[in-house]
Amino acid sequence: MAELFLELFSEEIPSGMQARAADDLGSLLTKALDGLNPRDLRTFFGARRIAAVLNIDAEIPARSVSERGPREGAPEKALEGFTRKHGVTPADLTLENGFWVLNKSLDPVSAESRVSEAVPDLLWKFPWPKSMRWGAGSNFTWVRPLRRITCLLDGHVVPFALARDGDDAHGLKASNLSEGHRFLAPGAFEVLSGQQWQDELETRSVIVDMDSRRDMVRTGVARLAEQHDITVVQDDGLVDEVCGLVEYPVPLLGQIDAAFMDLPAEVMQVSMRINQRYFALRNPDGSAAPYFAFIGNLPFKDGGKLTTAGNERVLRARFADARHFWDLDRKTKLADRVPALAAVTFHAKLGTQAERAERISKLAGTVAQAMGLDGAQIAQAERAGLLAKADLTTGMVGEFPELQGVMGGYYAAHAGENEAVSRAVAEHYLPRGQSDETAKAPVSVAVTLADRLDLLAGFFAIGELPSGSGDPYALRRAALGIIRTIRDNGLRLDLTALFAQAANGRTGGELAKLPDFMAERLRVQLRSEGERHDVLAAILTRGLDGDLVRLLARTSALSEMIQTEDGRNLLAAAKRAANILRIEDKKDGPHTGAPDPLLYTQDEERALAAGLDQAVPTIETALKEERFTDAMQAIAALRPTLDRFFEAVTVNAPEPKVRANRLKLLSLFRETTALIADFGQIEG
Amino acid sequence: MSATRPLCFQDLILRLHQFWSEKGCAILQPYDTELGAGTLSPHTTLRALGPKPWAAAYVQPCRRPSDGRYGENPNRLQHYYQYQVLLKPTPEDSQQLLLDSYRAIGIDPELHDIRFVEDDWENPTIGAWGLGWEVWCDGMEVSQFTYFQQVGGIPTVMPSTELTYGLERLAMYVQGVENVYDLDFNGKGLTYGDVFLRAEQDYSRHNFELADTQMLLTHFNDAERESIRLSEAGVAQPAYDQCLKASHLFNLLDARGVISVSERASYIGRVRALAKAACDAWLAGEETSHG
Repeated sequence: MAELFLELFSEEIPSGMQARAADDLGSLLTKALDGLNPRDLRTFFGARRIAAVLNIDAEIPARSVSERGPREGAPEKALEGFTRKHGVTPADLTLENGFWVLNKSLDPVSAESRVSEAVPDLLWKFPWPKSMRWGAGSNFTWVRPLRRITCLLDGHVVPFALARDGDDAHGLKASNLSEGHRFLAPGAFEVLSGQQWQDELETRSVIVDMDSRRDMVRTGVARLAEQHDITVVQDDGLVDEVCGLVEYPVPLLGQIDAAFMDLPAEVMQVSMRINQRYFALRNPDGSAAPYFAFIGNLPFKDGGKLTTAGNERVLRARFADARHFWDLDRKTKLADRVPALAAVTFHAKLGTQAERAERISKLAGTVAQAMGLDGAQIAQAERAGLLAKADLTTGMVGEFPELQGVMGGYYAAHAGENEAVSRAVAEHYLPRGQSDETAKAPVSVAVTLADRLDLLAGFFAIGELPSGSGDPYALRRAALGIIRTIRDNGLRLDLTALFAQAANGRTGGELAKLPDFMAERLRVQLRSEGERHDVLAAILTRGLDGDLVRLLARTSALSEMIQTEDGRNLLAAAKRAANILRIEDKKDGPHTGAPDPLLYTQDEERALAAGLDQAVPTIETALKEERFTDAMQAIAALRPTLDRFFEAVTVNAPEPKVRANRLKLLSLFRETTALIADFGQIEG
Repeated sequence: MSATRPLCFQDLILRLHQFWSEKGCAILQPYDTELGAGTLSPHTTLRALGPKPWAAAYVQPCRRPSDGRYGENPNRLQHYYQYQVLLKPTPEDSQQLLLDSYRAIGIDPELHDIRFVEDDWENPTIGAWGLGWEVWCDGMEVSQFTYFQQVGGIPTVMPSTELTYGLERLAMYVQGVENVYDLDFNGKGLTYGDVFLRAEQDYSRHNFELADTQMLLTHFNDAERESIRLSEAGVAQPAYDQCLKASHLFNLLDARGVISVSERASYIGRVRALAKAACDAWLAGEETSHG
């Protein structure tokens, strides 16, 4: 066994590409060195390097392989080609089972030889998303200029050069040298092993382990915040991004000029994050704290005084820009911006944002009405729907698209719109993602649903559906937003009717696929919650119930029922009945219609018939009154009767009439269970 | 160096000239037509093409008509300076050279936070792209660093390193000034505002209110026609001059708000076609008579 160490040291790698590149390096090495049993792989990445450390066998042992050649009696030429390809003569071949076969014994291959052959090849083909040429004419490309290749087997350099086919590949060769921090430890050092490399880098101010860097950032920022009795706004994406920009993270705290503290907290946070990669902080009451945290790349000689002052100055200029938009935008009332939406295309086939605003407004009113809101709230929903997209024409949203909605809310409030209206404008993009909250205020809920109903109906009407790989208009997210908002708020709505309203007179396209699309999203969502999706499927066979709350109540009642002992047995009985019918129907079915009581020969038959007679109206009433648990109990109560039936009665009786009558009885039982669900869909 | 009085604007330029002169660059003077960026100078665009080495540094005044703010914005100007360096082929120590140049103007990388932040540079009007970074000093972008991969739609057979310093920003940083017009220009009491404020006010009016759009349109069409004719005649740089004029005229028309969103792409495409033709003509000339 030998430790293989490989480091690719380059100029700064884009932060977002590092983790993937380290993964690729690991998997490509593992694949290329297959014969050496690669194991114990660890990969590393940072601003200027990606690296892998793994264990491999010392050699690929000697082995024999046989290659099958042409068929016996094949044309001379085929045999000639085969021998030429392998550099042998026909005398080296043997005849086996009618084919010419070459049995080769291969010498052992040392790990060094295999690595020195595989790594250059891997580096020439490395899958960077975007790579570049540099220097005076080599065609070897890397994400940014590659400066060093460190490649060791148990501490010894694996000798290879990148040069090939007359291309000198910048003269790059494997060595045992690496580099530490650009400013704090310039120059090369010798690498002996993976562990020594990591340790040596740390003394040279490079923290090469990503988790350690993350930890330094998180705890460092938290400690700084604690000193001022404030907390940091969690942002894992930002932590990862800055950890890819620095080799030695040093968290520092700067102050925000008091003159800017009246800017909306969201504006400050987005400007800091997008433009500067700063962390936002909050006071104990949740308001924006007058500080920002940033991550320097080294412990500064002056403790960071100069760089903090510099960063504070940069932020003042950024906030001055933001203030410019904030002041300018508020000079125009949000409502006065609606006409300008006529110049903003939403989609070539779906018209402008102005037309969309009109549709959302109307639909928001319809949804509000369906939600049972009062007249004032219905009017507020319509108003908010009309204003919802107006902030797209503001300078601030032009600068920071991620502030859409939020700015609309501020500008609506500034223009004196009703509180519920402003709030609905601000909240109508909720939920923005899986982990985001859904809207709760009734008017906001009406607008957020209207926005998504219009989106889905519009794109389905023009046939723009999400495909396996792509969902450019985020229709899946929109559907999920509807599902989550309805569930979180327990809304009793008829989605089918609302989609019909949203279609706005349009027909055709792929509109007919919309219910299945919603059902599929619901299934995916339940599965992600660990719910049994087969139970939902058993209920959905009857088509999507537009009332999701009712649908889900029914699903969970069924879920509970089949977990009881009665339920499990009933399920088994239903499956047994279905099986018998499937087989017998094939012979001379279908066996439908009412059974004839005069043909019953056993009490167990009569008992089942009586049980069904009683259960059917009970189940139907309970379902109608949405007493789903009662409906489930009514069917589960049939279990002892069924058990006795299957114990005592031979369905395939010798007398044809009796047999047919029994099959009809079973068929009736199946129809009764179908009132509840398609039990065949339920697993187990 | 940083302990003494910070560099005035003109000394900053002189230091950079001296630094890059010592590194073997030809110190050139600004190009004599309106440009939107230092990259557009033929000293960069045309020289980046073909297999001949080149090293030059120069100050280039840049015009961005729609960035005019009537002299009222402390950070935005419709006329400003870039310091531009082109090194071909890309030196092995490109990054180190840039860092050394910062030291030469009083920025100590052990006191300040210097960062190389990903930037995929692209200039669609001249069909150019490259990979590199925005270089940050204490959170502020002070330079752009690009390894040119393509210019005029043509792959660069010998890639070059392009370094662009935003001189006003850098000077504001070095001097600790928050308003560009307060910059110390010559160390003897003259400010940046003394030199440029009036011009910013007047040009803002010109760019947004006064420029004769009909005339600009005519000039654009004339420049386009002339550029095509000259490229066909194989005189690359004069053809490229007319492309630059067309580009500036387009920027003025844009500032005047007479170009719709859909027209915009078509204008950019027309300028790109001129740039490409001029670049082709330049390369053709390099391969024949002047080699």
